[in-house]
Amino acid sequence: MTDAAYNFAYLDERTKKMIRRALLKAVAIPGYQVPFASREMPMPYGWGTGGVQVTAACLTPEDTLKVIDQGADDTTNAVSIRGFFEKTAGVATTTTTAEATIIQTRHRIPEEPMTEDQILVYQVPIPEPLRYLEPRETETRRAHALEEYGIMKVKLYEDIARHGHVKTAFAYPVLVAGRYVMDPSPIPKFDNPRLSGSPALQLFGAGREQRIYAVPPHTTVVSLDFDDHPFNRGGTGECCALCGVADTYLDEVITDDVGGRMFVCSDTDFCEQQRDAAAPTAGWEAAS
Amino acid sequence: MIEVKNCSKVFTLHLQGGIRLPVLNNVNFSIIKGEAVALTGPSGVGKSTLLRMIYGNYLAEQGSITVDGVEVVGAEPRTILALRRATLGYVSQFLRVVPRVATVDVVAEPLITLGTPPDQARDLAKALLSRLRVPPQLWSLPPATFSGGEQQRINIARGLIHPYPALLVDEPTASLDAENRQVVIDLLCEAKARGAAILGIFHDAAARGAVCDRDVDVGAFVPDADGEAAQSAPVSA
Amino acid sequence: MTALAAELPAEAPSPGAEALLTVEGLTKSYGSQIGCRDVCFDIWPGEVMGIVGESGSGKTTLLRCLSGHLSADSGTAVFDGEDGPVDVLSMPEPARRRLMRTEWALVHQNPRDGLRLGVSAGANVGERLMAVGWRHYGRIRETAGSWLDRVEIDPERIDDRPTTFSGGMQQRLQIARNLVSAPRLVFMDEPTGGLDVSVQARLLDLMRSLVRDLGLSVVVVTHDLAVARLLADRLMVMRRGEVVESGLTDQVLDDPQHNYTQLLVSAALRL
Repeated sequence: MTDAAYNFAYLDERTKKMIRRALLKAVAIPGYQVPFASREMPMPYGWGTGGVQVTAACLTPEDTLKVIDQGADDTTNAVSIRGFFEKTAGVATTTTTAEATIIQTRHRIPEEPMTEDQILVYQVPIPEPLRYLEPRETETRRAHALEEYGIMKVKLYEDIARHGHVKTAFAYPVLVAGRYVMDPSPIPKFDNPRLSGSPALQLFGAGREQRIYAVPPHTTVVSLDFDDHPFNRGGTGECCALCGVADTYLDEVITDDVGGRMFVCSDTDFCEQQRDAAAPTAGWEAAS
Repeated sequence: MIEVKNCSKVFTLHLQGGIRLPVLNNVNFSIIKGEAVALTGPSGVGKSTLLRMIYGNYLAEQGSITVDGVEVVGAEPRTILALRRATLGYVSQFLRVVPRVATVDVVAEPLITLGTPPDQARDLAKALLSRLRVPPQLWSLPPATFSGGEQQRINIARGLIHPYPALLVDEPTASLDAENRQVVIDLLCEAKARGAAILGIFHDAAARGAVCDRDVDVGAFVPDADGEAAQSAPVSA
Repeated sequence: MTALAAELPAEAPSPGAEALLTVEGLTKSYGSQIGCRDVCFDIWPGEVMGIVGESGSGKTTLLRCLSGHLSADSGTAVFDGEDGPVDVLSMPEPARRRLMRTEWALVHQNPRDGLRLGVSAGANVGERLMAVGWRHYGRIRETAGSWLDRVEIDPERIDDRPTTFSGGMQQRLQIARNLVSAPRLVFMDEPTGGLDVSVQARLLDLMRSLVRDLGLSVVVVTHDLAVARLLADRLMVMRRGEVVESGLTDQVLDDPQHNYTQLLVSAALRL
């Protein structure tokens, strides 16, 4: 079912080799942004070209691919990218997290715990965590090289002085393996704890900015904080209206125009799994 | 305490074509602890110059000046700074201060520099200022706008607040009225009594007589036409 | 870890056995133009050294070579640091930058060059603390507040941005930001330039008391002899890249030996 005009997974082999070299470097230096020669892809910048290139370089014919966008398998972007790889690589695809070997994600980490057989590929818009504090690339590179992160700490201090807490809600900066400060992509800070100690390989690709970075399996990733203002992942305190689980990241859905709303799991597959688990036991108390 | 041997001073005025002005030649004298000596001689003969040389403010052309055994001529700046902090005091004719610092802080500073707690230093400063009859209303004001006599008394207070073992005073009683003059004379005599060596310039004969034990005539060290001193033998009482 | 003391030492500092900084043969040219040539001097703990000269004297070049903004052509500058003597001019850049944030400090002529204008005064002062690993927000804030007080800025203004401060206040904030890491050697480039005369006086007095209370060594580069007279213990006069005279401040100003020094002193408006 592969379109014969395309090489496997769209990119030519030399490009995949170049990307894999970058990935190896990234894995060898956790959290360090490796420049790579990002290719022109058949989708515009800002639509996940970085993630797509990383996925393309990692894919083998035996893989099973899942693509999510803000946790959902069924948004336009997720559907398009899944279709793209079906057409150019002919790999099996799935919406079930546990069945996937490669998961490309935009702005969320799946609720289902990852395993060591899985690769999580993140789509990254702006890879540089200091970018909004220091616009000059020359200075941010120097800061990373010399481990001078004063400017980031100043920003956190300033947030607390001004608002009483750090107001960053997504793309919350983290320290990887005690050395590099990294932007985990615009995942909600709710997901940050899952970055650390994961048995899966986490790869990050920024197509427009031409950077690749990685968090190897079982790496310590710490969200930046102060001793007396420790990192707080947040949460609404609500339960999902569909599956009833409390400790999951929720989307707020407006249901009518008089203020009605409900909260549902952002991770559609996870929610579905929970409901399927509960459904056969209708009439029973659901197992906790 | 203070020993001056074979000292000479020549000014070279580069801005006037480099002419050399020999001022002092072959200065020799010494002062022991508890002794007060007056430098005498006509105006412009070099009394202040000699005082400044001992303080390290002017460079000596040659010779040796020792204060409490420390050689001043050719010394490293930090040596002289250390000497001035604890051992050698100097009361000049002019009050030179950082603008906008309160009088009491000006007077207390030498003590604070030596490590005295600031409150204690200020109390001592206030006591000394009272003794010198500087009214309390002035203590928190900067001295720049005070009268000449008031400034001179603050200068003296700053110079005497720490019990220096060696003191250089340049016209300490000029611009003071009779009562204040007496206070200063008393202070100097008290310093002498606790063992300080004092070298001073006093135009006021009465003050000189009250404080000093003997004179050293600076005129004896003025170079003649050949640049040699009129008298090369040391002068002592 | 450098001791970060917000407290005053009980004793006045005594001169150490080693010079804090020994500079030898420092030379820097801009092509055929001499910046500074063969400059030699040393600084001892607790000393304030003034470097005076007119424009083109090389004093700014000297300062910039020592602080790492320019690389010298030749010469050594050995600093008696926490970990022993080290030649600052041949240090690797990361080490030099770390030095500038901890044991050394640089107060710029224009406070806007030495501050982060977009963040609060507290963040400005706290930055060096955070850079050496302080992790307790409350203590950082408290220490920043006490330093603001020490430089006579109302601690209530800890959350205000420096853009809302007057020039004199900005300069004092810059000083606090630098001194919070308890540096032993502070470089100041025309610290009172651009300030009103009355503001200068207050700043000079503050600097004198900080130098005295903290046992700092300071190198002050200035063209203003009156500032040098009030602030510096020792003076170095530079002209066209070379040191023409040096010694005790009062001696150099009252009994200048060199031709150029005499000219400089006689031309000063008020000393």
